[in-house]
Amino acid sequence: MALNYDQAIELYEPSLGLEVHVELNTNSKMFCGCATVFGASPNTQTCPVCLGLPGSLPVVNARAVESSIRIGLALNCSIVPVSRFARKNYFYPDMPKNFQTSQFDEPICINGYLDVTIDTEEGPKLFRIDIERVHMEEDTGKSLHVGGATGRIHGAEHSLLDYNRAGIPLVEIVTRIVPGTEKYAPEVARAFVAELRDILQSLGVSDVKMEQGSMRCDANLSISPRSSGLLGTRSETKNVNSLRSVERAVRGEIIRQANRLQAGERIVQETRHFQEESGETRSGRSKEQAEDYRYFPEPDLLPILADPAWVEELRLGLPEKPSIRRKRLQESWGVPDKEMLAMVNAELLDTVEETVLLGADPTKARSWWLGEISRLANEKDVSPRSLIESTEVAEIISLIAAGELTDKLARQVLEGVISGEGTARAVIEKRGLKVLSDDSALMVAIEAAIAAQQETAERVRAGNIPAAGALIGAVMKATGGQADAAKVRELLLRHLGQG
Amino acid sequence: MSTEIIHQTAAQMSAELASGNVTAVELASAHYDRISAVDGDVHAFLHLDREGALAQAAGVDVLRKAGEKVHPLAGVPLALKDVLTQKGVPTTCGSKMLEGWRPPYDSTVVTNLKKAGIVILGKTNMDEFAMGSSTENSAYGTTRNPWDLSRIPGGSGGGSSAALAAFEAPLAIGTDTGGSIRQPAAVTGTVGVKPTYGTVSRYGLVAFSSSLDQAGPCARTVLDTAMLHEVIAGYDPKDSTSINAPVGKMVEAAKKLDVKGMKIGVVKELAGDGYQAGVTIRFNEALEALVSAGAEIIEVSAPSFEYALAAYYLIAPAEASSNLARFDSMRYGIRIGDDGSRSAEEVMKMTREVGFGKEVKRRIILGTYALSSGYYDAYYGSAQKVRTLIKRDYEAAFTKVDVLVSPTCPTTAFKIGEKSEDPLAMYLNDVCTIPINLAGIGGMSLPCGLAPEDGLPVGFQIMSPAMKDELMYQVSGTLEAALQSSWGKPLYASAPELSVR
Amino acid sequence: MAAISREEVAHLARLSRIEMTDTELDHLASEMGLILDSVSKVQGVAGDDIPPSSHAISMQNVMRPDVVVASLTTEETLSGAPAREDDRFKVPQILGEE
Repeated sequence: MALNYDQAIELYEPSLGLEVHVELNTNSKMFCGCATVFGASPNTQTCPVCLGLPGSLPVVNARAVESSIRIGLALNCSIVPVSRFARKNYFYPDMPKNFQTSQFDEPICINGYLDVTIDTEEGPKLFRIDIERVHMEEDTGKSLHVGGATGRIHGAEHSLLDYNRAGIPLVEIVTRIVPGTEKYAPEVARAFVAELRDILQSLGVSDVKMEQGSMRCDANLSISPRSSGLLGTRSETKNVNSLRSVERAVRGEIIRQANRLQAGERIVQETRHFQEESGETRSGRSKEQAEDYRYFPEPDLLPILADPAWVEELRLGLPEKPSIRRKRLQESWGVPDKEMLAMVNAELLDTVEETVLLGADPTKARSWWLGEISRLANEKDVSPRSLIESTEVAEIISLIAAGELTDKLARQVLEGVISGEGTARAVIEKRGLKVLSDDSALMVAIEAAIAAQQETAERVRAGNIPAAGALIGAVMKATGGQADAAKVRELLLRHLGQG
Repeated sequence: MSTEIIHQTAAQMSAELASGNVTAVELASAHYDRISAVDGDVHAFLHLDREGALAQAAGVDVLRKAGEKVHPLAGVPLALKDVLTQKGVPTTCGSKMLEGWRPPYDSTVVTNLKKAGIVILGKTNMDEFAMGSSTENSAYGTTRNPWDLSRIPGGSGGGSSAALAAFEAPLAIGTDTGGSIRQPAAVTGTVGVKPTYGTVSRYGLVAFSSSLDQAGPCARTVLDTAMLHEVIAGYDPKDSTSINAPVGKMVEAAKKLDVKGMKIGVVKELAGDGYQAGVTIRFNEALEALVSAGAEIIEVSAPSFEYALAAYYLIAPAEASSNLARFDSMRYGIRIGDDGSRSAEEVMKMTREVGFGKEVKRRIILGTYALSSGYYDAYYGSAQKVRTLIKRDYEAAFTKVDVLVSPTCPTTAFKIGEKSEDPLAMYLNDVCTIPINLAGIGGMSLPCGLAPEDGLPVGFQIMSPAMKDELMYQVSGTLEAALQSSWGKPLYASAPELSVR
Repeated sequence: MAAISREEVAHLARLSRIEMTDTELDHLASEMGLILDSVSKVQGVAGDDIPPSSHAISMQNVMRPDVVVASLTTEETLSGAPAREDDRFKVPQILGEE
């Protein structure tokens, strides 16, 4: 019988390592002045250098170097005083020179770490993930496989190459093996990638769009029988393109490897590909015969000297760390852990902060974004951010606070803004959604309600205040929700001698 | 010898153009006529860009006639080694691999030439991807030495040197990785300079060995070479290894004609066994001429030079194995075996089998070996350390002397076919020229006479410290003048008349 | 003599993507032996204290500002292509990973 995840973990201990490739958001490519716009027409952002034409030569993009150092600093790395580029030699049609200009034994940043906290059964637990290195390299072109049924490589008759992506600066972040993740390996992997993404975003060095491939994760995983002290053969799962997939891929690999060993089959050292649909990984290239990349120092490029003064300047310019920022916001907003985590997981922290900075109450901002707006976004299968501007949300919240809108009316206003009827104020105007604040109009409704429920009114007069609820409900119904319930209550009680 | 304009020096042609005695179009046409007449035998050119050159020349004539200020060499024709890209003009590097390829961009050297109004007649023959010392490794046939058509014109830039010696062009561009400018100059009785690494942009120079390659000027006289040098040198932000410093005053140095008080070092290790008697005789005569001109000759030892050849034949192939990986038939060049059934990998393999010649394959395999895991330290790593030792030998020597000298090659031009089956014998040809490439300093060859035993030109090599290339010109200008006055005419004027078709 | 087997040469040929016949491999194996004999004299010449030189000159930090410059046109980009389709380079089927 196949082992499930819990059974697998009971028998085997996972060892997790991650490699993340990040496309930097520089204007121009790593070694030439071609633009880096995503989605441009094929082969329009290409020149002799990034096409690897005979005779062309690379020149390093200074901002790419700066971004790499900033990433290293944000990941608590040492910045290597002298780093070098090296050529990684292997043939592949999407790589114009048939070598990748990368860094080998002298990367720009080494020995850092990143802390992540995950929810465990025993409460929040911190994991320190050691960063082995951060190095610079260049991206490859893109191939399109034609003739096969699926657009995949297998069964394709020929391939078409677009080199717009070739030469876009990449930073590769490599972790050491993370010890002691135990059954939380999938969650730790996800948390690492999420935290890294937040850091990169706060640095402004990358678009970090996993779905567009500007951030790509490879998960290295091996398992070993408990207490054996051995390190198993590892597989490398490539290009896992969402946070959820990172978690699924690691989980899937643990189950797969455990079942293989259970069945008496050895683990093959290989590249595997994550299958989004099934959540499983599929075998790719075997790495049993280690590739011989024949690295050697790139003769066309010179060493990078990280001047300590420059590094210090960059260190001083680093933004607040996302983890510290979260702590600060949580304290200033007075939000419980659970709600804070919910905001982070929903990727709405920035948005809520923005709304709060526009004057909204933090609790209200959180509840609108995570509640009604997220619900509507879910229905439309889009992100909440794409539905409505923070300014409109802040406006609606302030109108509620001022008593000009009830929650019920506010939901209608929101719906109007989202469906494109204009700003919150315009929707209120057009739909006539103003709260009835005119006392005399309300009094008409209150008297009508008392007349209809005289017995109840007597009980209130006699001091049974909770009985007023039925009367208030009737008034609200009669005014179509446009009345402010608190106001109605106040007027009603006063009218019945209880004010 | 006739007194046709094609026999003039570039400096003389420049004066004729300036005075209006000849137009750039006439000058280019005269050279094309000469090429038509003799290149059937010499085979210096792989491609003639007649239309482009004549248009360029006509442009220069318009500007000159209008009284616009133009560069002194504007309108003077030039032969370009086929390893430098010129937009829209075939660039093959002497390889079948690049048959038909027309680059979409100009090399910086070509940009600089065009800016100066120098008329590019066409592309010259070379050993495939600049690997060789004879042009026998060209996929398009061997160039013949105008001094003796049965002999090699040197290599890899044999096409450029032969074009000069055959009066097919007064100026030429070569590239020098281990002697590809200087050895051809030596065996054809012409002048060739390998500038300090980083002073002439490599952008658009199809790389053989990136840390060694350097383009340089070639001509029949020292002054012409100096004039061309100043045109092509200069900082280029497109080449990371380009040195951001002003270009030295080469022309001024070439005109000094004075070496009084200069200390000239003779490298002990670049002489002795294996050097042809006539080479040694002429070399020593040149030393005497320099002494007569007031220089002091000092013997200098460079013990690590013994390992230079071995280090070179590891470093250059290692870099080449990587530089030449891009020739895979996917984006440009020929493609073999793409019948719809084969994979890209198979097509790459077949193309590289057919597209590369024997020597290129030999060096790719050697370089791949030198870089492969398990051998890197023993081969490539050790060679890089030897490189450091050679640099130090030069540094030590230049504390004692201003320039160093040696014969350019151990022998005069050998017969076509003589060494083509023996790569090691062929590699030995480069023993004197290789050390300067490893050290990145400047070196040049100029003719110092004809070897008595075979009547063929002998080359005299001058090596100068990095960024002091003008010293080579100062010494060579003086030496050239002294030797020419003893001979009564320039050496190139003694070349046998070629039969004209 | 530094021996290098035909299998080793075949491995190097595979690494460098060059098809070779058995005859060529044999020939090259014997030539390589001779050449390696000759170049192996670099071994042990320099001590551990000698740093390797990967460049002819010593310079550092040569960089360009992050400024976009004009690319080639698509026509120029594809001008040398042995085959093309839809503004892309057309190449035989690529085996290997996705």
